[in-house]
Amino acid sequence: MSRHLLSAADLTREDALLVLDTAEEMALVEERTVKKLPTLRGRTVVNLFFEDSTRTRTSFELAAKRLSADVINFSAKGSSVSKGETLKDTALTLEAMGADAIVIRHAWSGAPVNLARWVHGSVVNAGDGTHEHPTQALLDAFTMRRRLGRVEGLKVTIVGDVLHSRVARSNVLLLSTLGADVTLVAPPTLLPVGVESWPAQVSYDLDAVLAKSDVVMMLRVQRERMGAAYFPSQREYARRYGLDVRRASALHDDAVVMHPGPMVRGMEIAPEVADGVRSTIVEQVRNGVSVRMAVLYLLLGGASPAIGGDA
Amino acid sequence: MNYLVRDVRPYGEGEPVDVRLVDGAIAEIGTGLSDGDSRVYAGGGAVLLPGLVDLHTHLREPGREDAETVETGTLAAALGGFTAVHAMANTDPVADTAGVVEQVWRLGQEAGHCDVAPVGAVTVGLRGEQMAELGTMADSAARVRVFSDDGTCVSDASLMRRALEYVKAFDGVIAQHAQEPRLTVGAQMNEGVVSSRLGLTGWPAVAEEAVIARDCLLAAHVGSRLHVCHVSTAGSVELIRWAKSKGWDVTAEVTPHHLVLTDDLAASYDPVFKVNPPLRTAADVAALRAGLADGTIDCVATDNAPHALEDKEAEWGAALPGMTGLETALGIVAETMVLPGRLTWRQVAERLSSTPARIGRLEGHGRPLAVGEPANLCLVDEAAPWTVDAATMATRSRNTPFAGRSLPVGVRATFLRGTPTVLDGAPA
Ligand SMILES: [Zn+2]
Repeated sequence: MSRHLLSAADLTREDALLVLDTAEEMALVEERTVKKLPTLRGRTVVNLFFEDSTRTRTSFELAAKRLSADVINFSAKGSSVSKGETLKDTALTLEAMGADAIVIRHAWSGAPVNLARWVHGSVVNAGDGTHEHPTQALLDAFTMRRRLGRVEGLKVTIVGDVLHSRVARSNVLLLSTLGADVTLVAPPTLLPVGVESWPAQVSYDLDAVLAKSDVVMMLRVQRERMGAAYFPSQREYARRYGLDVRRASALHDDAVVMHPGPMVRGMEIAPEVADGVRSTIVEQVRNGVSVRMAVLYLLLGGASPAIGGDA
Repeated sequence: MNYLVRDVRPYGEGEPVDVRLVDGAIAEIGTGLSDGDSRVYAGGGAVLLPGLVDLHTHLREPGREDAETVETGTLAAALGGFTAVHAMANTDPVADTAGVVEQVWRLGQEAGHCDVAPVGAVTVGLRGEQMAELGTMADSAARVRVFSDDGTCVSDASLMRRALEYVKAFDGVIAQHAQEPRLTVGAQMNEGVVSSRLGLTGWPAVAEEAVIARDCLLAAHVGSRLHVCHVSTAGSVELIRWAKSKGWDVTAEVTPHHLVLTDDLAASYDPVFKVNPPLRTAADVAALRAGLADGTIDCVATDNAPHALEDKEAEWGAALPGMTGLETALGIVAETMVLPGRLTWRQVAERLSSTPARIGRLEGHGRPLAVGEPANLCLVDEAAPWTVDAATMATRSRNTPFAGRSLPVGVRATFLRGTPTVLDGAPA
């Protein structure tokens, strides 16, 4: 693996499988009464969050602590982040504190790439603007593998606001690396111009692809998209692209339903589906910790010879 | 001081000649001229061109003197071979009154590196609502003939129509920054394959092309002159070609950076490559080169846009758009147009000197290399490659996208009305 995890495209197939396999080992630790490994004792992990995301920050914090790392939560929300000076100054401050890894969440696409130029430690992208969220894709793949036994060859349908979704971008890249067969479903307004260059198929018709899907991943649709005329109304969106009970019944028996959270119940997903047996939503949260433990462990040079070092 | 410039080739053609400059004008052109009382400057076989004229420069003064001043910006211009630049109006305060344009013009005169022709804002405060006092700016000491809200588009069709009509009274021209604002809300880079991957909001080609099409039709309807700033797409070239084929009075410029750089550079998220209009695709670059070669695009203008370090050393989305370009313009034109045989040096003189001077109605610039003409001159060393170093440029800013690039030609000397502003590639 390279020093940073900025994009799912940074991961080769071997890297990605190594993360997933390592995450399996980490998951075993979590089943113990003492859920802690001494692996990263003396190392410092900084959670640098320019955007609120309690769920992702907590997941990384728990992952780092279970590896015995020192964790600093550096919330830059509220300070002036309109100027990049802030990011560079913050980077230099964290550098001076001896951060071994910086986990960054930022509203601007590419901010982790900028940060990586200014620090010596490892940078982990915990979601940048509408660009990527690679650990989400890793935990999604991990969840698929646990539920369905494999990722390769799976038919994965990603539904919703692909245009603004960092989860979709990272998932498309990682899933294609791992040999899954991805279909994006959205109203044409919520697909980016240029999507035809992505390693995925595109459909505007959810009903047409559901029966063939092994995995349906529903993306959050923010209500403000309606005001910007991406679609006429919440009701029409839900009718055409929401995963309601009727639609979910078209899925085959083993198919699973995923959601990266937070959900808008009744919009992109019906509560009965979100809470049903197909749903992996709770597992995804739990698996997030294992996968992030694996990422931090591998980036910070765990014992395995297959990891660490500058690539 | 009179100069005898020895051993230069006008327009890069024929055998070397000597050129004597007396009282700000070309007094003599010939071979084996005697020194007389002239100071002799060895031209070293350089290409002799009329001093370059830039229709589109941001000098940032007044308001952002930390990024550039008229003094530093015009020195950069002289080092790039320019003897005149048009200074864009988006300063603080905006150049929308006679007072501000006269101040900028006077600062240019005082600096003395090149002439500064202020561009007047089309609308008060660049707000796109009320026409600025264009006639008063035209009648001022600054003699404004080019009007532009550059940085933003005059998007209101009715206001654009009236502005095009109004400036006919003093032979002015509206230079439009063509950008449909509703199609570019939050736009960060060219909309296409690369933006889809990088998760950066797209700036679609149609947002430029739709405004150009509308403005060409408006200019035709009212019989006015239109100049299109920084054309960046293949579709825009087609539209301008069409407008010219109708005989309409439409001119256009292309920047050096749009002649060579493409949108995939954004993958670095390095804001040095963030510019407005954005870098486009390789197909657009090819169309722009072809358009400049066949005359569809009339001239090269730099859109030199210096920015302070903190405005560029930022996340892509937070950084300001713009690139410096005065000191590298001729090198890029040589690399992309002259060396590949798309333009001769005589055509370079048209596209970087006589045509922009004509569009800007600038007297004394862009004149032929002939006895009796003003001695505004630029000497180009053809075999003098140099490597761009952001830290050692004359501009106060460091946002050149060409840092580390080797450019094939260098400016050896620049003369402004017979007085050297640059000699041996350094300030005179
Ligand atoms: Zn502009």
